[in-house]
Amino acid sequence: MKGKTMLDTDEQPTGSQTKARDDYLLDVEHTRQGYALNQMCGSLIRAENRARFSENEARYCDEFGLSPEQKQAVLERDWTAMMNLGGSIFYTFKLATLDKKSMQYLGGVFTGMSTEQFTEALRSGGRRFG
Amino acid sequence: MANVIWGLATSHVPSIGAAMDNGKTEDPYWKPLFDGYAPARKWMAEHPPDVAVIVYNDHANAIGMDLVPTFAIGTADSYDVADEGWGRRQVPPVVGAPQLSEHLVRELVDSSFDIATANRLDVDHGLTVPLSVYCSEPGEAWPCTVVPVLVNVIQSPQPTAARCYEFGKAIGQAIRSFPQDSKVAVFGTGGMSHQLAGARAGLINEQFDRWFLKKIENDPEALAALTREDYVREAGTEGIEMIMWLVMRGAMSTNISRVHDAYHVPASNTAAALALFDDLGDRPETAT
Repeated sequence: MKGKTMLDTDEQPTGSQTKARDDYLLDVEHTRQGYALNQMCGSLIRAENRARFSENEARYCDEFGLSPEQKQAVLERDWTAMMNLGGSIFYTFKLATLDKKSMQYLGGVFTGMSTEQFTEALRSGGRRFG
Repeated sequence: MANVIWGLATSHVPSIGAAMDNGKTEDPYWKPLFDGYAPARKWMAEHPPDVAVIVYNDHANAIGMDLVPTFAIGTADSYDVADEGWGRRQVPPVVGAPQLSEHLVRELVDSSFDIATANRLDVDHGLTVPLSVYCSEPGEAWPCTVVPVLVNVIQSPQPTAARCYEFGKAIGQAIRSFPQDSKVAVFGTGGMSHQLAGARAGLINEQFDRWFLKKIENDPEALAALTREDYVREAGTEGIEMIMWLVMRGAMSTNISRVHDAYHVPASNTAAALALFDDLGDRPETAT
């Protein structure tokens, strides 16, 4: 299995219209950068917090100390920017859920596809790399 | 004395739980997955454990970024089902096995696994979906008590695959030294290949998954030898969850037999699999 064909590949996906990095490795530096953003998104598991967020999103972001860039990404629902600013998908997905957006929708955003195209790619066996 | 009677490896995709909760298991999208589970479920129902040791990861529901333990064990009498932001799953609360938890904690620390402990832990889909894979209709109560074992697979550096395998071995030894007569099942959860974010979102690597499914039985050392970079590249940033299968495998004896396995793409954005192993221990294989 540690043969050349799979584990040593350098091939990267091409052709998709996306500004997302290939992989988001949530190392300690990334999670430190994303701490406020992720804590804010994580707080949305509580109904009372979801209500307060929806009442005034900008104020709610300020309570958690989001950076201006993080706050803008949240207000604009720029899912890729949230990842680039330290977000974790398990946290930002709480916000997507509040918006009634699916993981397939987010997959489409990250890969430059429509939700339908992304869902179909999964139903066809998933996206292959290398 | 306690012993490990079987090990179940299973994906813990939330939508698998939602399909059961919402009566969609006969839908064309889900039917092949649940048909694949059926032989394993039948066998497990005929071999019920007293306790399930469930190795899983939390998904921003009980563990935030304030404190990220690499390994942790729940030590409570019971565990509430988490509200993950879309309402609690309508499944029974999880009853703990605090005496076994306490025993595992002490034995593991004495084995140089300096784990964290949790007296309060709301358990999310990572734990409840595998319970539902075992028992689809629990009624008012799950058919076994539970020891939750948490592994950090979200923040890098995750523990190495080799360390997870050794952790499992220590758990297995600890279970087998528990002085109560108790039948224990060990669940390794998560996987298989999937990636939720980034330009590689939607990644599925069936070749790697099937190789892993084969190796987990009789050559787990080959899986333990892979680096976290190997797992991320081959199985995706979330596919690294598969290292938790190695905890399960490590807890079993060397004498196991495969009862059933199943592999299906997709369960939402994930390749989903199940592998069930009978722990023969000192028993000859024909004695099942």
